[in-house]
Formats: sequence, structure tokens, C-alpha cells
Amino acid sequence: MLRAVSASSPLAPPRGARGLHRFANPGRFLRLAGRVLPWLTAAGLALSAVGLVWGLFFAPADWQQGDAVRIMYVHVPAAWLASAGYFALAIASAVALVWRHPLADLAAVEIAPVGAAFTAICLITGSLWGKPMWGAWWVWDARLTSVLVLFFLYLGHIALTRAFDSPERGYRAGAILALVGVVNLPIIKFSVDWWNTLHQPATISLFGAPTMYIGMLWPLLFTALGATLIFAALVLARLSAAVLERRIRALLAATARDYVAEEGHLA
Amino acid sequence: MSLLLALIGRDLRLSLRHGADTIAVLLFFFLAGLLFPLAIGPNPETLGRLAPGIVWVCALLAALLPLDRLFGADFEDGTLDQLLLSGLPAAAIALAKAAAHWLTTGLPLLLAAGPLAVMLRISPNGLPVLLACLVPGTFALSLLGTAGAAIVLGARRGGVLLPLLVLPLAVPVLIFATSASSAAAVGLPVRPHFLLLLAVLAFLTPLAPLAGGAALRAAAE
Repeated sequence: MLRAVSASSPLAPPRGARGLHRFANPGRFLRLAGRVLPWLTAAGLALSAVGLVWGLFFAPADWQQGDAVRIMYVHVPAAWLASAGYFALAIASAVALVWRHPLADLAAVEIAPVGAAFTAICLITGSLWGKPMWGAWWVWDARLTSVLVLFFLYLGHIALTRAFDSPERGYRAGAILALVGVVNLPIIKFSVDWWNTLHQPATISLFGAPTMYIGMLWPLLFTALGATLIFAALVLARLSAAVLERRIRALLAATARDYVAEEGHLA
Repeated sequence: MSLLLALIGRDLRLSLRHGADTIAVLLFFFLAGLLFPLAIGPNPETLGRLAPGIVWVCALLAALLPLDRLFGADFEDGTLDQLLLSGLPAAAIALAKAAAHWLTTGLPLLLAAGPLAVMLRISPNGLPVLLACLVPGTFALSLLGTAGAAIVLGARRGGVLLPLLVLPLAVPVLIFATSASSAAAVGLPVRPHFLLLLAVLAFLTPLAPLAGGAALRAAAE
């Protein structure tokens, strides 16, 4: 118990890590997040709106896939963020394990549901695209399968961090799991590719054509950047809420302690 | 080193004296394997083609069964704290537990897999490949499972959580092992698949005990 308390209290930062520890202060973080968040949200929504309108109404349809190709403007950013989110989760976990950074613990816990949501969007849009293209809602394509495994890695992390009575234990266990997961991710990806090439010859790939038409690339870049900013805004908002929640819980506990001490209820 | 062996020996003696756990794993393995012919139908051709996959999935699920209690008893009665104070690194404790898990689960499964595969009408040249892949494959599963068991130690409903954590990580083991069997079935070389499986094992051997050890230290705090 003593160790758990000392781990969450601000320790003297080791030499060389001061740059990072500037952001360890939750108060400073809250002020910064409060200032950045509205801009981030607005920019993310605006970029996504421009990209989506451009992609859905003005960009050309594909000569082979027709209008179904427009799912790409949602699907591809979601796929990028699904994997980028897991790397962010792993980085936050590594920082949490090495420097025992309370904010990094919270960040890892808050990144996971957002990443899982983007992974789910990627899977659902992929399945919607697959129905007209491949004639099936689900094809055991290497890419689909590895994203599905990634989705379960996210779910495992979410379930694990919330399964402990003491939140600190959940953070530690989740951080270890995320690092094991990120190290295994390339192997899983490779093995699924290998499995797919063995079981069936190469099917239609999403980008079979050598390059993408520039008129399709621009809206995609807009939606990708917009979705990235929305991802960041969601994580920041959740993180600020988690910091505040922690503070409120500490205040409530302190009030309860004072109350007990004054009234002598627990004599 | 002698501490490590002593720890493995202790776990082996414990599981020998409570033999019910190992027998339950074997029974589960056989029963789950028995369900497949009942569900798919007794056509020997279909069954023979599915046999390696069925054996592997059943082995994977059966190996998960005892993980729930792998550290549980030691954690509750304080043995784990003593082990961590014994001078043995936490990773070595995890490695010893993985070895004990393999000796009490993987090895019996390996012995039972032959009869089950024959009952499922596996092709005669597929059987040695299946058994050869089960040796490194089950050890890799023991390593992964031990790390998973250490991570969920102290969690509420850890037993339900464990498959969710371990199964996605076990995907490469399953794929490389069953693709070796598929290759053997069509007469392709088995060696690359087998070597990849060994590579996964070589990779997990240091990684999984390190993660497991870190989780054990976190649990004991």
C-alpha cells in the first residue's frame, strides 16, 4: 500500500527527464488542454466536413468500384487511426511504466476506448464496402483479419484496466499488456499475411491501381487530418475529465475524513 | 538455477498430488474434440482435412483452463511474496511457472493429441507434422498464458478476462502451426512453417517471462 501511494505522488524527477516532467503537473495540463481543446475540435470538425463533402459529392467515382469507393473517405482514416492509436497507447504505457507518470497512466486508459471506437468504425465501413465489392459482408482477407485482432487487443486492454479494485493496479497491468501487444503486433500482422497467402491467392486489394487519382487523394488527406484532430480532441477531453474526476474523488475523500475527524463518528 | 529447478519441481509435485487438474484438461481436450465429428458429421474426408485445425483449437482452449489458478493459490497464501523475496528474479519465477505449466498441461496434451488426431482420421503423413509442431507450439502457449495469468492476477473475474488477453496474442502460433499441417497435406515443404513457429517461440521465451515478471511484481505491491 505504501508503494502505491508513493508511486502516484510527485517524486523528484530524475535528471534529464525535466523536459517531460514539465507536463506532469495536472494543473498545467488542464490549463493547456482547456486552451487547445476548442481549437482542436473546431479544426478537426471543419477539416472532416470539408473532406467528406468534397469526397462524397465532388470527387469522381471510381471506374471500377463506382460510388462505393467513397466509403474510403471514412474507412482509410479510421484504419490509420486504429493502428496509430495502439502505438499511442503503447507509448503512453511505456512512459507510465518507466517514469511512473500519473498522467500517462490516465492517457493510456483514455486512449484505448477511442482507439477501439475507430477500429470498430474501420471494421464496419470495411464490411459495408465489402458487400457490394466482394459480394460478402466479411472476407477473411489478411487486412481485415489483422484489424479484427487489433480490435480484440483494444478490448482486452479496456476490460483489463477496469477489472481491478485499485485503479493503480489496473494501470500497471494495462501498461504491461499494451507493451506486450505492441511488440506482438508486427508478428500477428506478418502471420496473418502469411496465412492468407497460403490459404487463398491474392484477392482484390483496396489499392490495386498503381496510384490514386489526385482528385481522390485530396479529400482523403482532409478527412484523414480531420479524423486525427478529432481523435486527439476526444482523448484530450476524456483525459481532462479523468483528471478532474480524480481531483473530485480526492476532495470528497478529504471532506469525508475531516467530517469523521470532527464528529468522531468512527470512534 | 537450482532455485529455478526447485520451483519447477515444487509445482510439479503439487500438480501430481492434485492430479485432477491435469485430468480435467485432458478430458476437456477430448470432449471438445469429440464435439466436432458430432457437429460436422462423420465423413472421413472432411474430418481428415479439418483434423489438425480441430486438434490445435482444442489444445489452445484446453491450455487456457489451468491458467486461472496458476498463480492464484500462491498469491492468496503469500507464497508469491516469499518467492519474490527469494532472490530469484521475477522473470525467472514466471519462466519456472511456464515450464511447470507446460510439463503438466502441454506434455499431456501432446500425448493425447495423437490418439485424438487418429480418431479424427488425420492423414498418415500429417500426424508427425502435427505432433512436431505441438511441441514448440504448446510451449509458446504456456509462455503467453503465464504472462497473461500474471497480468490478470488480482483482477475481478480474471478467469473470464484471461482468454480475451491471451487468444489474440496466440494467433501467430496457431497460424504457423496449422499452416505446417496444411502444407504437409498437399505435399509442400513443412520446414519454413516449422522454423517460423520456432522463431515465435524464440521471441516469446525472453519476452513473455519479462512481462510476466513485471506483472508479478506489480501484483505483489
